[in-house]
Amino acid sequence: MFWETVFLALREIRRNVMRSALTTLGIVIGVAAVITMVTLGNGATAQVTSEISSLGSNLLQVRPGQGPRGPGGKRSDAENLKMADAEAINREISGLTAVAPVFSQGAQAIYGNENWATTVSGSTNAYLTVRNWTLEKGRDFTDREMRGGRTVCILGDTVRDELFGGQNPIGATIRLEKLSCEVIGVLKSKGQSSMGSDQDDFVLIPLRTIQRRVAGNQDVQDIFVSTKDGVSTTKVKADIERLIRERRHISDDEDDNFNVQDMQEIMSTVTGTTRVLTALLGAVAAVSLLVGGIGIMNIMLVSVTERTREIGTRLAIGALEREVLMQFLVEAVVLSCFGGLAGIALGLTAARIGAGSLGIPFIFNPGIVIIAFLFSAGVGVLFGYFPARKAARLDPIEALRHE
Amino acid sequence: MSMIDSNRKTSDALIELESISKVYGTGGAAMHALRGIDLRIAPGEFVAVMGPSGSGKSTCMNILGCLDPPTAGSYRFKGVKVETLSRDQRAVLRRHFLGFVFQGFNLLKRTSALENVELPLVYRGIPAAIRRTKARQALDDVGLTGWASHTSGELSGGQQQRVAIARAIVTQPEVLLADEPTGNLDSERSREVMALLTRFNRDRGITIVMVTHEPDMAAYADRQIHFTDGVIDHRHQGGIE
Repeated sequence: MFWETVFLALREIRRNVMRSALTTLGIVIGVAAVITMVTLGNGATAQVTSEISSLGSNLLQVRPGQGPRGPGGKRSDAENLKMADAEAINREISGLTAVAPVFSQGAQAIYGNENWATTVSGSTNAYLTVRNWTLEKGRDFTDREMRGGRTVCILGDTVRDELFGGQNPIGATIRLEKLSCEVIGVLKSKGQSSMGSDQDDFVLIPLRTIQRRVAGNQDVQDIFVSTKDGVSTTKVKADIERLIRERRHISDDEDDNFNVQDMQEIMSTVTGTTRVLTALLGAVAAVSLLVGGIGIMNIMLVSVTERTREIGTRLAIGALEREVLMQFLVEAVVLSCFGGLAGIALGLTAARIGAGSLGIPFIFNPGIVIIAFLFSAGVGVLFGYFPARKAARLDPIEALRHE
Repeated sequence: MSMIDSNRKTSDALIELESISKVYGTGGAAMHALRGIDLRIAPGEFVAVMGPSGSGKSTCMNILGCLDPPTAGSYRFKGVKVETLSRDQRAVLRRHFLGFVFQGFNLLKRTSALENVELPLVYRGIPAAIRRTKARQALDDVGLTGWASHTSGELSGGQQQRVAIARAIVTQPEVLLADEPTGNLDSERSREVMALLTRFNRDRGITIVMVTHEPDMAAYADRQIHFTDGVIDHRHQGGIE
């Protein structure tokens, strides 16, 4: 009897293909929207996660001032970190793999006729370790170059591309403002960061070189610290905070005038944000599913009115109330399930195209597909019930008289 | 007049109405459609129900067809007190013992003749293969061999009514209730339909109760009942003893 009813519903739908298609359109769009949004959201989360972990795992960043760097930040009024701070961290904190003090400054890089505005970062080889950089070509700094503040540099991939194009840059001399540097290495490209900036757009020179030739002091802007695997970054963070407070003579009732950022913390914050956004987009899309359900209810009500005589005939012939109820309910559910399936196909296609054009990975999530399908079936039950009950409760005599 | 022995338990009557009344609405707006009807119909009878519109004959048919419960009185169908049954129980009674033929045919639109005839068998839960065979047989019986796959829109009025008759008799009901079955047909088609009904009555012993306006059609019946103002008018009765 159940399959009989499903078959009957299918026939009824086929009888009115155009109307059925339009009826389900709401569900199709709703399901497609949910699937597209959630799939793209998951892709974005995965993208952000992989980018943040490419910054370096177990990474801590010590900065002067409070809050994030940037316009409006409190960076300017806070005293810079000193070279000695980095040395102290390296000496006194346990569980570290590398400590990289950094001093960066914007500069014009010139080679021949090529000219490129970029960032010059002064640091040590430890910088390559903490930030997970690998060399594409050439070599890193020697101890002598680092200690002696030699004019050598390692290029990020973007700078290499802008200045040298297809040529081999190793051994060439470029100018960074007034500084002439020999290129000794090129870094493997990392591409765009999750914040949208080009990670490859910088030139690395020894810290001592930039301090002596450009800054004229022993200051550093950031100290990157990477911890050993299995060491709690939370504990290391607390240790560093205590050490720097001590070195800066901050009394107990004063706030820090520096901050230590834990990349894992940032990662969980950022992925948390994208997850919330994904859920929000999914929820908005789910609303359109409900609207689709109302469309189904509307058409089912029209259908019940249109088929009043048929219902009267069925009741007269001996159909039970629940058999008529089932007939119309199954029809609504079959309709919405068709809509669900079409929506899944459409949504996955849209998500695939969207992921391709946004440059984020396409992550197929069977869970959301199943949920969206069940949800659309549920919408069919929910919004099909009222018209179906109306049909089942019809008085056979009046229904037979209906024109 | 022969209802004096109404309190005797009669086993020979298929349908027994005892002082049935039906009132629509309440209070001052109450409309008395039936005012105390006594009627007995024996198995195998062919009864024509006549009377002007508003005389209560349609209401009486709805009660006989177990579509509508009476306001008062007792209706025994095969000894079962119909007025005590629930809506669904009456539906079960209909699907097992009653067949309906309507003035407007009431075939399902855009549905083949065969599927229309199968419909009551679907509600009886009969498997598809058996259903098909029985429905084809019923279509043969009404002379529509070869029209099984035509939809109702592709059939003439007379053919549609014959499909409807096939649908009514496919379950081999005890009673066939026909509400002006020839009302929408010309005299030629009407005679065909009446010939069919007479044949099913005579050959299969199906009891027929038929509402009609036309004396020509009523003449096919064994007995005629006339309704006037919600009561059976006995002056007209006894045309056939």
